[in-house]
Amino acid sequence: MTIRAQIAMVLNLDKCIGCHTCSVTCKNVWTTRGGVEYAWFNNVETKPGVGYPQNWEDQKSWNGGWELSKSGQLKPKAGGKLNILSKLFANPDLPEIDDYYEPFTYEYDHLQSAKESETVPTARMHSALTGARQEKPQWGPNWEEILGGEFAKRSKDYNFEAVEKSIYGEFENTFMMYLPRLCEHCLNPSCVASCPSGAIYKREEDGVVLIDQDKCRGWRMCVSGCPYKKIYYNWQSGKSEKCTLCYPRLEAGEPTVCSETCVGRIRYLGVLLYDADGIKEAASKKDEKELYQAQCDLFLDPNDPEVIKRAREDGVPDSWIEGAQNSPIYKMAIDWKIAFPLHPEYRTMPMVWYVPPLSPIQSAVESGLLGEPGVLPDVKNLRIPVKYLANLLTAGDEAPIVSALERMMGMRAFMRGRTVEGFDDPEILKSIGMSEDELIDMYKMLAIANYEDRFVIPTNHREYAGETPFDQDIAFATRSECGFSFGNGCHAGGPESSNLFGGQTHQNTLSGKPRDSHEKF
Amino acid sequence: MGDYINTLLFGIYPYIAISVMIIGSILRYDRDPYSWKADSSQLLSRKGLRLGSNLFHVGIILLFFGHLVGLLTPHVVYAPFMSAGTKQVLAMTAGGIFGVMSFIGMVILIWRRVSNPRIRATTKPMDMAILIILFVQLILGLATIPESAKHLDGSSMVALAQWAQYIVTFQPGAAGFIAQEALVFKAHIFLGLTIFLIFPFTRLVHLFSAPIKYLLRSGYQVVRKRG
Repeated sequence: MTIRAQIAMVLNLDKCIGCHTCSVTCKNVWTTRGGVEYAWFNNVETKPGVGYPQNWEDQKSWNGGWELSKSGQLKPKAGGKLNILSKLFANPDLPEIDDYYEPFTYEYDHLQSAKESETVPTARMHSALTGARQEKPQWGPNWEEILGGEFAKRSKDYNFEAVEKSIYGEFENTFMMYLPRLCEHCLNPSCVASCPSGAIYKREEDGVVLIDQDKCRGWRMCVSGCPYKKIYYNWQSGKSEKCTLCYPRLEAGEPTVCSETCVGRIRYLGVLLYDADGIKEAASKKDEKELYQAQCDLFLDPNDPEVIKRAREDGVPDSWIEGAQNSPIYKMAIDWKIAFPLHPEYRTMPMVWYVPPLSPIQSAVESGLLGEPGVLPDVKNLRIPVKYLANLLTAGDEAPIVSALERMMGMRAFMRGRTVEGFDDPEILKSIGMSEDELIDMYKMLAIANYEDRFVIPTNHREYAGETPFDQDIAFATRSECGFSFGNGCHAGGPESSNLFGGQTHQNTLSGKPRDSHEKF
Repeated sequence: MGDYINTLLFGIYPYIAISVMIIGSILRYDRDPYSWKADSSQLLSRKGLRLGSNLFHVGIILLFFGHLVGLLTPHVVYAPFMSAGTKQVLAMTAGGIFGVMSFIGMVILIWRRVSNPRIRATTKPMDMAILIILFVQLILGLATIPESAKHLDGSSMVALAQWAQYIVTFQPGAAGFIAQEALVFKAHIFLGLTIFLIFPFTRLVHLFSAPIKYLLRSGYQVVRKRG
C-alpha cells in the first residue's frame, strides 16, 4: 500500500442553476489567449444533450478512456503503445474544431469607425481562424442550453442507453438537468497514458494532472485519449492545454476559480487519501457496475490510526491528514454515499464527483393517481429517470442512485417537518438509514453550505519541496511564475513576438479586430 | 574556378550546414523549448491527412534511413553479399517506391495547405517554405533515378557514398568524388545540405523528438514528485 493524497471536487447538481459563472470566470483566467478561444476548461451542459464536443460521451466513436483486453488486461481504448504511435501521423480519433465550434469574434471596431448611415452599424461575426464573415455559430459549449434544439438530435445522448426515450420528447414528460464539466484529475488518467512525450503527469502531492508545456510536442494523443474531452489542442501554439485545478490557488489554500465564484455554492473541495497501489486492480474490474464501488474502496478512512501512520510514512503532511479528516468530499462520497463519479465505466477513476439532482415528482403522483408506498415518495416517480442518472454516474447501476436520492429527499422531508411542523419524524431517519446527527450534518453541508465547510484545502508545503526542509531555493524559485504563455517568458504573445524559431500567425481576437486577411479567400 | 566552387559546396558547405543544424537545435531546445513541437493542424481540418500525412511520413522516414544506411555503409561491409551494381538497383527500386509514396503524400499535403482557408491562415512562412523545399528535394531525388539508370555498374553510387563517408570522417578531398557527377546529383546533395542548414528554424525539429521512449516507459502512468 502506498498512500497518496488528492484534492477532489464534488458538485451538487441538485443546486446547480446553470448560470455559467464558473465557465466565464474560468475562461477569463485561463483561456483568453489565441488558439484556445474555443476551449472551455469548465463548461456547463444541459442534459439530456450531446454536449461539447458533440457526442463526447460515446467512446465507440472517440475511443477515449480504457478498456479491458480479451485477456482482462487494462489498456487504453485507442490501443497499446505501438498502436498509439502508429496514429501519430494522422490520429483517426481526434475531434475536429467544428465538433466544438469554430471560434469567432465580433467586429466591434466597426461600431466606432463606421461612417454616418441611415441604419445603426452592427458588429458582424467573423471567424477567428480565417477572418471570414460567418452568418451564425453552429455549436458551442452550452449549445443545448435549457433543452435548445430538437429532441431528435438531443436524444442521441449516450445516457439514454437502455432507456425508453421517446416519451421524454413529449412536453409533459420532458426533463432536464445541468452538468458542469471540467477535468476529472483522474487517478488512472488515460491522457497521461496516451501522451507519447511523457509531458502529462499527475502530481504526487495533490493529484493535480498537468501538461508540461515545454515538454509537450503536440502529438495530440491526449486529446483523443481523454474520454471527457477535457484536453484542448491550442491550434495557435501547437500545444495541448487543460484545466490545472487552479493549482496556484490550491497551493495557497484557496479554492479553484470555478468553485470560488459558484453562486449556487454547489462546489466542494477537499482531500481524499487513497491507495495508489490499488488503482490498477480497481480499474480492471470486469463488470463495469463494480467500478464505482471499487473506486470507493480505494479511498482510505482518514481517522483510522493505521492509515494515519502509513500516510505519515509515505510523506503525507499532517495538515493534509487533518484536511482529509475534515474533508467534505469524504463525507459526501463515502459517509453519506450521495456523490458519484462521472462515467466510471471509462475506467479512469475520475476525481470530480457529482451529487445527482432531485427533480419534481410527476404530476400523476401529485394528483393522487399513484399511491405513495412509504414515508417518502418513490424516486422512480421523479421526473429525471433514475436509469438516466445511473448511466451518467454509476455505469448503469441504479441502486446507489436510488439510495442517494432517497437520502436527499428524506433530509428535505425531515427538515421540513422540523421547521414547519415542529415535528422530527423518526420514520424518515429509519427509512434512509441515517442518524439524526448525520442528517443534520448533511443538511448543513448541502443546504447551508458555508464557505469553510465547502472548502477544506490544506496549503501545499512548498517549503518541503527540496532535499532539506525549508529549502528556500525551491520555494523562491517557483514564486511568481507565469501561467500559460507562448513560451520564453510571461508575455502574452502575438505576431510581434515572432522570433527565429517561429512566432504566431494570429492576433488575439479579443481585440475586436477580426483577422484582416479574409479578402484573400 | 569550377574546382573552387565544387570544394566550397561539397567540401566546406556540409560542415557549415551540419554545424548550424547541431548548434541551432541545441540552442532552440535550450532557449525556446516551448517552440519545439510537431505543429499539427489536424484539429482544424482532418481532410486528406489520413492518406497524405501517412504516405508522406512513412515514405520520407524510409527514404531517410535508406540514405543513411546506403551512404554511410563502407563498400567493404556489403561487398561479400552483393556487388555495387546490385546495391544500386536495390537503392533505385526502394528509393523509387518510397519516393512515389512521399510524392503522392506531399501533393495531398501541399494541396491541403494551399486550398483550405483555415490551414492557410495558420500557415507560417517557414511552414510553407520547408514544405516546398522538401517537395523540390523529393522531385530532384526521383529525377536521379533515370540518371542512375544510364550506368548500372554502381560506380557513381560508390563515389557518392565515398563523399559522404569522407565528410563524416573529416578526411580531405571529399569534394573530389562529386566533381564529375551529373548536375541532378549535385543539386540533390546541395539542397539536402541546405535542409540541414535550416533545420533548427523549421518544424522539422520534431523529428528529434520521435517518441521512441514511450515504448520504453514502464506502465502507462507518469507521476512527478514535488520539487
